[in-house]
Amino acid sequence: MRRLSGAVLLKTSCGYYCRRSYGVLTGQQYTSSDSKQYDGRLYPSHIPTSSVQKAVLALGSGVAALKNPYRHDMVAVLGEATGHQALIKLRNRMRIDPEGYTILKERPRIRLSTLDLTQMSALPDGTLGREYLRFLEENRVTPDSRADVKFVDDEELAYVMQRYREVHDLLHTLLSMPTNMLGEVVVKLFEAAQTGLPMCVLGATLGPLRLSVSRLQLLVQSLGPWALRNGGRARCVLSIFSNGAGSRTLMS
Amino acid sequence: MAASIRTLTLRVLSDFTRNIHHVSRSPIKHLCCRAGFTGCRGYSDSTEGRSTHFGYQTVPEEEKAGKVYKVFESVANNYDVMNDAMSLGIHRLWKDTLLHIMNPQPGLRLLDTAGGTGDISFRFLEYTRSMYDRQQRMRVKSHQTPSWQDIADHYVSDEAGPPRSHAVVCDINKEMLKVGKQRAEKAGITTGLSWVVGDAEELPFDDDQFDIYTIAFGIRNVTHIEQALQEALRVLKPGGRFMCLEFSKVTNPLLARLYDTYSFQMIPVLGEVIAGDWKSYQYLVESIRKFPDQETFKEMIEDAGFFCVQYFNLTGGIVAVHSGFKL
Repeated sequence: MRRLSGAVLLKTSCGYYCRRSYGVLTGQQYTSSDSKQYDGRLYPSHIPTSSVQKAVLALGSGVAALKNPYRHDMVAVLGEATGHQALIKLRNRMRIDPEGYTILKERPRIRLSTLDLTQMSALPDGTLGREYLRFLEENRVTPDSRADVKFVDDEELAYVMQRYREVHDLLHTLLSMPTNMLGEVVVKLFEAAQTGLPMCVLGATLGPLRLSVSRLQLLVQSLGPWALRNGGRARCVLSIFSNGAGSRTLMS
Repeated sequence: MAASIRTLTLRVLSDFTRNIHHVSRSPIKHLCCRAGFTGCRGYSDSTEGRSTHFGYQTVPEEEKAGKVYKVFESVANNYDVMNDAMSLGIHRLWKDTLLHIMNPQPGLRLLDTAGGTGDISFRFLEYTRSMYDRQQRMRVKSHQTPSWQDIADHYVSDEAGPPRSHAVVCDINKEMLKVGKQRAEKAGITTGLSWVVGDAEELPFDDDQFDIYTIAFGIRNVTHIEQALQEALRVLKPGGRFMCLEFSKVTNPLLARLYDTYSFQMIPVLGEVIAGDWKSYQYLVESIRKFPDQETFKEMIEDAGFFCVQYFNLTGGIVAVHSGFKL
């Protein structure tokens, strides 16, 4: 809230240059004053951890996620504990992209409360918004079930991580992949090519081990290379899907 | 001279407590007790300030019980797994040692407060049953060539059955009791066990009911420890034993350093990975640091009215067993 009102002020008084520097400045101000607000933590769900703790978390959550792939919280923890470098690269890519930059400043959240469901269901078939709603209904998932980021030690990177998680479902829609094991592996491959997060790479390499032979064949022959190719080529997915993207048409 | 005056005043104070408990059961009694005794003792300044510690946080007193309830509600399902993981299985040895120190005879009544998943009660029943079997065997051995009269007497006395030891598991948290009941069913223990929901500060039992009162790893979660101790005194029979197994202060400085590092670095991480709950296990290690040390707790037990109070350090002081008698 604070940041939005500040942005309006500077927009009227200065030009584009001031806006850019303002963005950097607010980033610093937000961190230092809010660390006092959340008593030593950088954001409400932050748990500060040492590197030893992160290493053990990565190891433990990796083992737990492999044993039980349905433990989404373990996959999330693995991503947070190992993803620092990849998150920095992702954040920089978002900053360069104009839409991504807006997203970083305005910090939209994809939640049932922020989506305009009636408007989205009124959109014609084939648009991203309509297909996304259909995906949510068919697979009986909700964007609200994503775990909060806990172990990332930078407030902006924590938002990038959260955005990545929220965009995951939209990626499923874009790639027309269901939420079964094969679909998840394909989406992970795409994300690994796009983001370079170690958790995605691990998931993409170790996930296929749990697939049946026929699905493995499908993965290796067609879906896998397709996902990798498009992941490498496509624009940073986190930068798309800001407000108004719902009406864009999906192309197969 | 001073010692005898001290024992005299202790006896007067404990009689006073007992009389108050006999006279009225209403909540007003709590206020009387608190007003009467918190003045004398130094430990309970927090009751007047009306805020207390919840790990390293400070919370209003009324909230602490609710927060502790939520912690144990969320950890109940993984409680036993986490205990094994965090203590590397050593908690089993600690509980076995408690039973050995207790050395219960068959036929006693045990109140296992904050008993949760029932570890102490199961061990108690097993111990008394195996002790009864051993006594039977010794009896048989010493009667190698009994007369017909002896054999007939033996049959008659056995008809009454072995003296039944009974364990009552009391816990404030229904989830923990649920897990405990499931464990009992799985272990096939059907008789001699009761499950009661109750607050250690206000036990739902009459006076002079139990031979042994135990509270294992529970008393540090109680908001008013003195009240729990007074309740323990009330429900014990004269001659009954109070036993408390709790984390305490490590005396060896090197071990203390290692223990602290392990507690704060590893235990919340284990909590996150196994149970998906960092904060509850952070509370656990912080609440251990907030609990009084061996000597202070011994004095608190003595002030509540117990006699012959002693403590035994286990694993270098990581855990201590405190024991006292109601006379």
